Amino acid sequence: MLDRVVGFKNNTIIMKIAVLTKAIPSYESSIRIDSTSKWIDESVVNFTVNESDSYALEEALQIKEKLDNGTEVVVVTMGSQDNTSKVLKDGLAKGADRAIFIQNEDSNTDPLSIAKLFSDNLKDENFDLVFSGLQSDDLGSGQTGVLLGELLGMSTATLGIETDIQEGKIKVKRELESGWFQWVTLPFPASVSIQSGINERRYPSLKGIMGAKRKETKVINGQLSDIPKQNFMNLFMPKTEKSTEKIEGDVDGIVAKLMDILKNKLRIVS
Amino acid sequence: MILVILENQRGNIHVFSKEAVVAGQSLASKLGMELSILCMGENANSLKEQASDYKAKNLILAEHEMVSTYSADGYSKVLSDVIKDLSPKYVIMGHSYMVRDFLPRVSAKLDIPFVSDIISVTYDGDKPVFARQVFNAKLATNIQTDPNSSTTLLSFQSAAFSSDDIELGGSDAAPVFEVNLNSDDIKSSSEPEFQESSAGVDLTAANVIVSVGRGIESQDNIPMVESLAEAMGAEIASSRPVVDMGWLPSYRQVGSSGQVVSPNLYFSVGISGAIQHVVGMKGSKNIIAINKDEEAPIFEIADYAVIGDLMEIVPKLTEELKK
Repeated sequence: MLDRVVGFKNNTIIMKIAVLTKAIPSYESSIRIDSTSKWIDESVVNFTVNESDSYALEEALQIKEKLDNGTEVVVVTMGSQDNTSKVLKDGLAKGADRAIFIQNEDSNTDPLSIAKLFSDNLKDENFDLVFSGLQSDDLGSGQTGVLLGELLGMSTATLGIETDIQEGKIKVKRELESGWFQWVTLPFPASVSIQSGINERRYPSLKGIMGAKRKETKVINGQLSDIPKQNFMNLFMPKTEKSTEKIEGDVDGIVAKLMDILKNKLRIVS
Repeated sequence: MILVILENQRGNIHVFSKEAVVAGQSLASKLGMELSILCMGENANSLKEQASDYKAKNLILAEHEMVSTYSADGYSKVLSDVIKDLSPKYVIMGHSYMVRDFLPRVSAKLDIPFVSDIISVTYDGDKPVFARQVFNAKLATNIQTDPNSSTTLLSFQSAAFSSDDIELGGSDAAPVFEVNLNSDDIKSSSEPEFQESSAGVDLTAANVIVSVGRGIESQDNIPMVESLAEAMGAEIASSRPVVDMGWLPSYRQVGSSGQVVSPNLYFSVGISGAIQHVVGMKGSKNIIAINKDEEAPIFEIADYAVIGDLMEIVPKLTEELKK
């Protein structure tokens, strides 16, 4: 294991970067409420890497490659064995040095409890930098990276669309609403959430896939230390706000119907 | 007490904050609690002036030169101190990008829950139940918070309440909260916000928009949608993933990080309808959506839900339009 060395050493910055990645249902998966009505039926779901997390991983790997000095990238995930194994494999195959898997079979929906579980199990690692996706496409709270940063006494920033590592600090370009941006500078240690589209993600190479098998995955049994402060009571199908007219069937029928709407109802075309 | 915090947006009260005031007034009246409004940090004095008509018990000012520009460190420290002092039962803000940036810090500092991006409130007796969207808006959930928690933080999605409904009548008192900050409290530094030159199109002016999403599958299929837009005399737009992949330039993006549009017709092609996209187009007068997934959330706000394969429908429709 590497010693923790921050700052310029022989004019290079050796860092330890954690990337939080989450397994979430893929876009194509059908989402069904299970019999408890508190969670979804996972048996009909394909799990995949949360999209913004994969951009966060790429950003960390590009920093590692640019520094080219033994900077370490550790991919970290939490969840059940079945759902997360693909996430870790993917991270290691793309170039992460090792993985930490916090095993927790509960469908925990409280962002603060989740962050504490990360914090309790990561604090001894003394990461200089934590990257995470800006939000998960399942719970979508968008809080984990910021909560973890605060719990670990780090500076924090969200919605990073560009990063620049400097001596003892990271500059982050934040994407705000409607085309506005802002640069913030955070001293290490720092936790930064990454916006989708920040970089061009790589595919794992064959060599990477083969090499992943030899990399270390630390498995930790994650137990919640306190009672969750918020819970899902019941999931439900969103109510339709409008009276929606369904159009389906064969292509010719659909196109004829659309032409009628565009011409006669909306008068968009003549 | 219910505490609503106003956010500065380039000199004015952020529209999300106005909606948060309405949420706060509604919650206060349902629960029989007092409402206080806090103007803190950036431009706080001017915010206070702008909010002087809002009906509230207290209109509180908390300013300090070290939070005269936004920082997550500074804002989370000041708000945590205010909460410790006033012990509000609920703290309410709009779900803006600033709130995402610093409100979780307050949650962790004070060990209190933060329910983010709430779309509606219902009541179980006198207990508020908050609903939010999950699984990319395919489902929603009711959230139960720990009743023993001294304070609960809430942020509301834009348009969950209407800013037109603000109750006026002014405040009874205007106390000043004494802010204590020292240089150790703020480790990060920020530069002024800036807007990147959008050398592109003003989608907000378009009468008809054809917008393309992830369902287009490949950059090679973009011209197919461009032809449709041309045949309809429409501007082409997209959801975020299409821009992230580099298939269309960023100024074509509709959504919370792109442009907010309300054309006469929004013709959506292969867009699933994630929250971040929907907030940018749900004000459109007419919405037609094509998606092969019958449960795509875009259909919830569409006037016409076309369930089918866009790869077949789009070229045929273009051909018909050109006749």
